[in-house]
Amino acid sequence: MTDAGLIWSYLTSQPLLWLTATLIAYWAGDRIFQMSRRNPLANPVMIAVILLAVLLTTTGTAYSDYFEGAQFVHFMLGPATVCLAVPLQANLKAIRKALVPIVVALVAGSFTAVASALAIAKLLGADDMLLATLAPKSATAPVAIGISEALGGLPTLTAALVLLTGMIGAVFVTPMLNALGLKDWRARGFATGVAAHGIGTARAFQVHDTAGAFASIGMGLNAVLTAFMAPLVLRLFL
Amino acid sequence: MVPALSIILLFQLFGEVISRGLHLPLPGPVLGMLGMVVAISVSARLREMIRPVAQGLLAHLSLLFVPVGVGVVAHMPTIAAHGPALAVALVVSTLLAIVVGAVTFTWVAKLVGSVSDD
Repeated sequence: MTDAGLIWSYLTSQPLLWLTATLIAYWAGDRIFQMSRRNPLANPVMIAVILLAVLLTTTGTAYSDYFEGAQFVHFMLGPATVCLAVPLQANLKAIRKALVPIVVALVAGSFTAVASALAIAKLLGADDMLLATLAPKSATAPVAIGISEALGGLPTLTAALVLLTGMIGAVFVTPMLNALGLKDWRARGFATGVAAHGIGTARAFQVHDTAGAFASIGMGLNAVLTAFMAPLVLRLFL
Repeated sequence: MVPALSIILLFQLFGEVISRGLHLPLPGPVLGMLGMVVAISVSARLREMIRPVAQGLLAHLSLLFVPVGVGVVAHMPTIAAHGPALAVALVVSTLLAIVVGAVTFTWVAKLVGSVSDD
């Protein structure tokens, strides 16, 4: 084997290479996002994912090998979720003042997310397993995976659909709600958290602090509600 | 930073133990977050200790979704096989849910006179 070959096989057996690649890809994504004057179409997660996907495909790297390195970034999702307590607590007063709209919008948003997805997929010929896989896609990934398993869906495909849902929400939410003339940051953030979980929440924090705090509430509450909503609504479509 | 991170991980750990021990539908980190809200409401000292680390982590929340996002690529064949059904269902339902949620919130907030502070 040549020196370059030896170095490559060493690097691919260590987490360093793909951890570095993940950070650089996100850095590049964030730079492009900033340079586009924070255009939502230039979502940093989406750019990083595309860059890494191209890199993995061209180097013939399996996802499991990539994840050996990327798992350190992935692991921080748990502590970051705990840290959402800080903006939540800072907004407790605002939340208490908006308790009624929060509850009503939660039920309306959560039901719409599950029911409209299932209705459309069913109309377009999805089978029962695919419907069970799709039903929890608006909940945050670990919750959605658990629900999908319980309903007889494909948990790993659910994880992918959850991600796509978040990216769709993050890319379109700002222009869409601007076009509708909705100006209440609480409403905008909350609805985004309910429909597009963590990725939507990350997007909301980029736009406005209040929107971000309400998005994390929406995400947290919908994680709970989807566990009850998904099986109930799914039954209507089987 | 080390004490703050230790406490954050401890809350996640407690959340994980309670979630698994009691077979709750809520994942450990979400329970940890709820516990942390209570803890920092009670202790201003803890709040000030956690805040800088939390702000640092949350500023880069998007980065943490990249590894799972790359996993979508591994599912591309299945997603492509069900192409139109999944694509249309995901796009329409996500956008519809955001609009319904935001409009409902705005409408109910006006109805009950709940105004935003900013």
